Amino acid sequence: MQRHAGTISSPLPPGPVEAHVLDEAVIQRTLGAALRTGGEWAEIFVEDKRSSSAVLDDGKVEELTSGRDRGAGIRVVVGETTGFAHTADLSEDGLRTAAEAAAAAARGGSGGTEVVDLTRHTAPRPNDVSVAPEDVAKATKVELLTRADQVARSQGSAITQVMARYGDSRRKILIANSDGLLTGDDQVKTLFSVSCVAFGDTGMQTGRESIGHTIGFELFDQYDVEDLARRAAERALTKLNAKPAPSGTLPVVIGKGGGGVLFHEACGHGLEADLVGKSASAFKGKVGEQVASPLITLVDDGTIAGEWGCFAVDDEGRPAQRNTLIEDGVLTDYMWDFLRARKEGRLSSGNGRRQSYQHLPMVRMTNTVITNGDTEPDDIIAGTDKGVYVAQLGGGQVNTATGDFVFGMTEAYLIEDGKVTDPIREGNLIGNGPEVLTRIDALGNDFAMGSPGMCGKDGQGVPVGDGVPTLRVTALTVGGTAA
Amino acid sequence: MTAGGGSELLEVGDRVVALAQGGEQVEAVVLRSSDTEVRVYEGEIESFSSAQSQGVGVRVIVDGRQGFAYAGTLDDDVLAETVAEARDNAAFGEPDEFNGLAEPDGVAVAELNLYREGLLSVPTDDKISLAQQLEAVVKAADARITGVESAEYVDSVGDMAVVTSTGIRTSGRETACYVAAYVLAEEDGDTQTGFGFSVGREPSDLDVAKAAADAADRATRLLGATKPASGRVTVVFDPYVTAQFLAILGSTLSGEAVLKGRSLFADRIGETVGASQLTLVDDPTDPRAFTAGETDGEGLATRRNVLIEDGTLRQFVHNTYTGRRSGTASTGSAIRGGFKSTPGAGCQAVSLLPGDLSQEALIAQVGDGILVQSVSGLHSGVNPVSGDFSTGAEGLRIAGGAVGEPLREFTIASTIQKMLGDVVAVGADLEWLPMSAAGVSLVIGDVTISGA
Repeated sequence: MQRHAGTISSPLPPGPVEAHVLDEAVIQRTLGAALRTGGEWAEIFVEDKRSSSAVLDDGKVEELTSGRDRGAGIRVVVGETTGFAHTADLSEDGLRTAAEAAAAAARGGSGGTEVVDLTRHTAPRPNDVSVAPEDVAKATKVELLTRADQVARSQGSAITQVMARYGDSRRKILIANSDGLLTGDDQVKTLFSVSCVAFGDTGMQTGRESIGHTIGFELFDQYDVEDLARRAAERALTKLNAKPAPSGTLPVVIGKGGGGVLFHEACGHGLEADLVGKSASAFKGKVGEQVASPLITLVDDGTIAGEWGCFAVDDEGRPAQRNTLIEDGVLTDYMWDFLRARKEGRLSSGNGRRQSYQHLPMVRMTNTVITNGDTEPDDIIAGTDKGVYVAQLGGGQVNTATGDFVFGMTEAYLIEDGKVTDPIREGNLIGNGPEVLTRIDALGNDFAMGSPGMCGKDGQGVPVGDGVPTLRVTALTVGGTAA
Repeated sequence: MTAGGGSELLEVGDRVVALAQGGEQVEAVVLRSSDTEVRVYEGEIESFSSAQSQGVGVRVIVDGRQGFAYAGTLDDDVLAETVAEARDNAAFGEPDEFNGLAEPDGVAVAELNLYREGLLSVPTDDKISLAQQLEAVVKAADARITGVESAEYVDSVGDMAVVTSTGIRTSGRETACYVAAYVLAEEDGDTQTGFGFSVGREPSDLDVAKAAADAADRATRLLGATKPASGRVTVVFDPYVTAQFLAILGSTLSGEAVLKGRSLFADRIGETVGASQLTLVDDPTDPRAFTAGETDGEGLATRRNVLIEDGTLRQFVHNTYTGRRSGTASTGSAIRGGFKSTPGAGCQAVSLLPGDLSQEALIAQVGDGILVQSVSGLHSGVNPVSGDFSTGAEGLRIAGGAVGEPLREFTIASTIQKMLGDVVAVGADLEWLPMSAAGVSLVIGDVTISGA
């Protein structure tokens, strides 16, 4: 369950994508082949993904990278068993070979020829992309990097190193299954990040800022890379004066936006139905129970237009949903994918996602948010006598079975006498999800989304978003080196 | 240098390199792999995946500018498109006199025997059976084991070739397989988890009993764990924890981190950077290493590099670019995360030279402290640039020279610099693990514990 904020590992570029990658008749025959040996259900997932990225590091644009990945993954389900095969060969022969491999892997019985009727089309919502990244000149993308580098370096001679990264991707998917579903999506993402190193008497410190949205190049009409670079540099410079972080259990105020990873780790993963189904979740069997402070309403929302974790349909063809998981502290539901939902005789909640056509889907979060409370954020800090204010959390990790989690603080300060004072060095916060949820005693009215992240589970990375208002946890263990 | 799949990939590489135009350097890295993954749950097959994947990454360097492109297929028209895209990308890179592909350097390629024909003839039913056995054995290991979240068998056969217009033409081939289990234990309403695995080049190498015993032991020994009090203590890292720490340490010794001003060890060659017990070696030619490899990501022979000797920093690891720019040469340490990126410089198989004592003897010597069995949040809690180190931890108290009650939900914090200096002893129990570092028990004094 590792999660790290940041870069998409293979950011992508543009290119003309065929309206439909495959002919419907071919899809139909492929699904038929997948079911021929007795499979109960079959699915074909086709992906065509292009990416491009450019990196400026150490004062120069190192290189531009472009990539293309295209292929299909085929699933066959028999009872509790899933057979899966994938291929980069999208010819009808290639698909049939993969379908037969998946069917053999699922070890079906002795079925006859299945006919799949692909009549129930779902029209994908068109993606709201006003400037397709493929229509933007490479030189324009490079220019963004150069500007970010110059602005970051101009923040002070202590800034000794700057890395800026631009990335975009266009992922066209098609999903068809033996229930007659035929749908797809066209997902465009654009990302920009700046990382700085500052050098001073206390050694080296780092600062990072990133923006990423499921939109096109118009991202840069909404955000200014110079501003981003300035903030990354300031973050590194601030930390040159940082004191060692305290160690021990203290009240912790989590700032708006930058603290969503707390809930992603503390309870999001524990609410994934695949883990719940195997008793690997501290939240198993708790629907209807008070699991969090009454201040807390937790929503996983794949429909927030333009956010990093949004989409029209998930990787099993279900439209994105807004799912309330915890309402006023009471656990209302888990997140579901097709297989887990089918077992329970219900519908997927639109949380079936996969890294690529080479992977099986599983239950994953989208954009995980805590809705606003009604306290002024300043009052939360003023009401905290001694503690830690975390402006930005880094990545985190959770053991869903026990609920124990950790996450890193990448920008944090001491709170003394109700005021934010000295910056502190990096350290981890550690806690137990179910316990921490009950220890939230103040919730701000200043909700904001945080930075784009990649969530890792079972070795698969998918883009996720999160957001929170300012909030206070009455006691969390801060893992610093100061007494 | 092998025949079969390797020679076919070399030919693909040749076709790419033949597309080089005048004044261009062109490199092709070509990969192909076949993978099988079986997961069982409660005796039944939960999922069975079988997959073939392949791809090519192309670097073009012209007038000191570098461009890169990749594709997940090896069709001829795609190869030509990929070269053209890399060439176009190169036009936007800034010129750098040190850019350039590897050239043959005369170092002989070690023969490591990483490929076992035997893996290919193992029947599917035997693979399924290995995963089923693992699940059954771990369930039977202890009455407190309440569930097996996953029990799996995974194998892969991989081929790689690197061909350049500068005279590199190498290929390698290897097989690998493992079984792994992740289990749940419960007692008096307390749940804990544990994992166990066994790794090999072919299924006959695998030790299902050991994987099951490790998983059961890890999960049950933490039952009833409490939070320790905050304070400063001596810790003993289990080999698995040491390996994770060494992998991070290795990343700080990359020539790339040094050149780009992101290594806390820059300008410190020849200086004492740790306790005199510390000798750190990166040796991908050691066939016991799971990450052993005959050639690096640029096609040069891998070699044994001594990075820290008796506590003194001796050298960094380099690829062709960082070696040239540092006024030295590649140490055969170009690392690639597949075909989708250009090579970085990094350690491939680091280990500490082991000491004389078993873990038990080290614990007796320590007297009072904590045995750290696992750490979490390394990716967020360790800053390899500043050296700040803080991670979540679980383990057992050490009291009176023996292990005592289980502990959880605490952090250990220090800095990488300080921890290296605070190393008190290195164990004799060197263990190769499925990561780019080997494990060994390690005793470190004066680490800050944050708990209750």
